[in-house]
Amino acid sequence: MNWISNYVRPRINSIFSRREVPENLWSKCDECGTMLFHRELKEALNVCTSCGHHMGITPRERFAALFDGGIFTEVAVPQPVDDPLKFRDQKRYPDRLRAAQKKTGERDAMLVVEGEIGRTPIVAAGQDFTFMGGSMSMYVGNAIIAAAERAIEKRCPLVLFSAAGGARMQEGILGLMQMPRTTIAVQMLKEAGLPYIVVLTHPTTGGVTASYAMLGDVQIAEPNALIGFAGARVIEQTIREKLPEGFQRAEYLLDHGMLDRVTPRAQLRDELITITRMLMGEGPAIAGDLPAPSDSDEAEPAGEKQAEATETEKDADA
Amino acid sequence: MLQMSITTNDPTLPGKAPFGNKARQSPVASLRHAPLYGQQFGERCSMTNYLDFEKPLAEIEGKAAELRAMARANEEMDVETEAQALDKKAADLLESLYADLTPWRKCQVARHPERPHCQDYIEALFTEYTPLAGDRNFADDHAVMGGLARLDDKPVMVIGHEKGNDTKSRIERNFGMARPEGYRKAIRLMDLADRFGIPVITLVDTPGAYPGKGAEERGQSEAIARSTEKCLDLRVPLVSVVIGEGGSGGAVAFATGNRIAMLEHSVYSVISPEGCASILWKDAEKMREAAEALRLTAQNLHELGICDRIIREPLGGAHRAKAKTIESVGKAIKVMLAELDGKTGDELRDARRKKYLGLGQKGLAA
Repeated sequence: MNWISNYVRPRINSIFSRREVPENLWSKCDECGTMLFHRELKEALNVCTSCGHHMGITPRERFAALFDGGIFTEVAVPQPVDDPLKFRDQKRYPDRLRAAQKKTGERDAMLVVEGEIGRTPIVAAGQDFTFMGGSMSMYVGNAIIAAAERAIEKRCPLVLFSAAGGARMQEGILGLMQMPRTTIAVQMLKEAGLPYIVVLTHPTTGGVTASYAMLGDVQIAEPNALIGFAGARVIEQTIREKLPEGFQRAEYLLDHGMLDRVTPRAQLRDELITITRMLMGEGPAIAGDLPAPSDSDEAEPAGEKQAEATETEKDADA
Repeated sequence: MLQMSITTNDPTLPGKAPFGNKARQSPVASLRHAPLYGQQFGERCSMTNYLDFEKPLAEIEGKAAELRAMARANEEMDVETEAQALDKKAADLLESLYADLTPWRKCQVARHPERPHCQDYIEALFTEYTPLAGDRNFADDHAVMGGLARLDDKPVMVIGHEKGNDTKSRIERNFGMARPEGYRKAIRLMDLADRFGIPVITLVDTPGAYPGKGAEERGQSEAIARSTEKCLDLRVPLVSVVIGEGGSGGAVAFATGNRIAMLEHSVYSVISPEGCASILWKDAEKMREAAEALRLTAQNLHELGICDRIIREPLGGAHRAKAKTIESVGKAIKVMLAELDGKTGDELRDARRKKYLGLGQKGLAA
């Protein structure tokens, strides 16, 4: 029990364990059961190459694929007070929080970054479902406000990827109060005349859908994402009837007029570039390899550029 | 016989007089939350609905009523001293029961079927109430009532959840659980008030948004989000009172105001204690623990800075003296509106934003 065993040895161990060997080289698709090789799966952004099922993806992995060259910088988020309610269920809230932090390596369920997509500067916020179910905490609220403020400062769009079960119960009413707080963040963007684009990913439910996740200027969802307010089980118990196939899924919501688009993850990047550039009044993005920054954007003839057309080329880049 | 019925504590003992029998049955009936409405004994009345923790009280009050009934049936009997002793005992018990209600008991009081509801407040506090209906899209939601009215002769827009007070009206009102149409109606009314510079008063009393198929299909979450957004957007005063249950998003959609008052035994929570218990404890029966942990009482919310004002309830809860409760709420609304008087639209809106952005600066002490 000295500083060598406490400090030096773990350091040395961590250097050796950092060789990035995934414990499992193969993972199974939750939907069709196909065994997928980890590298192939990573390349496909955690989308099953066989059935197209969209599996969970952490904000960090998503942003690495989203931003030009995988380069982005984090936006600082003010730390809220710890455990305001001294909440305790079967475990203490700070213990649950620490366990989640250890598991994910993140501070809380929302990661805010800035960078460029297709040479378009954006601020992006990604909700991490693996962190306590992505639940909306005071930190998450602060993160969305920080994201909006940063976007306003930079005069650029905010793209938000939602994934959450709802407000964080362990923060009680203060979790719930993130509904008005995040709504204010959206209003600030609106007043500044900046686009706010929401990408709803599996699953987005509860107080999150009833606030910032449904207030986007453009609402996009990933295929088959579960999106709703009340849980399907609760609804079934209340109305005592079986719910239709695909209820509360992205396509169902699209059918009912609640979304603008349902877009597969592989095409999201191009679509976001297209939409943000148009809303920001910028010219079409340049397809293929990006020219050096000194070149003018307009140099390239890009009249026939369409999201679908560049799809294959972009994939080749990535 | 008389002596026996005073001293015995066995509520299952069959009553001799028919009235006594009825008085005994009532606590049981209330436990099932049956919409049973008994004799009206003036203001301190309708004691047909006792909550489970009030059972000892029900027994004592039942016995007193039984005694008096027997005395009425039999002229020579003088039971007044015994009956008064029982009354005193009941009053003491009521005081001690309500002196320090646990959070779960507060939830029960907040949900009490005879608690004054939105309609009672509107009828008693406002004049010229003119209900306005419909969301102009799909339907009129009866869980949400609202319209133009006068408070002290000044026009206001009043909007609230109504739970209903008997089986028929409860079903019609959908137990105060609004569907998307309800929120969209509220948005429309708030917008109307905003354009004509009329203050908005919201009365919150809902278990939460309605978990239904149609409600989801018609965009429940979007409706709630837009309603919250509208609350934050208003350039007129928005004053909210939580009169019973403030259930999650359904409450936020109405209560995102400049001032929020809560009745002493009302609650406002992110999730129902039962829901929280079934998720975090994996056992819905742990609602007492969940209610404790969630910090959902008016007192907790006041400490956290969400509730600005606690409105005292009469001893034994709002349902034991409706008129007095309604009067206190009326006073609180007027005070809160007076506080906001003279502020410009932008000031009101900015102050509201600031209030919410600043939340969470402090936690609870212990």
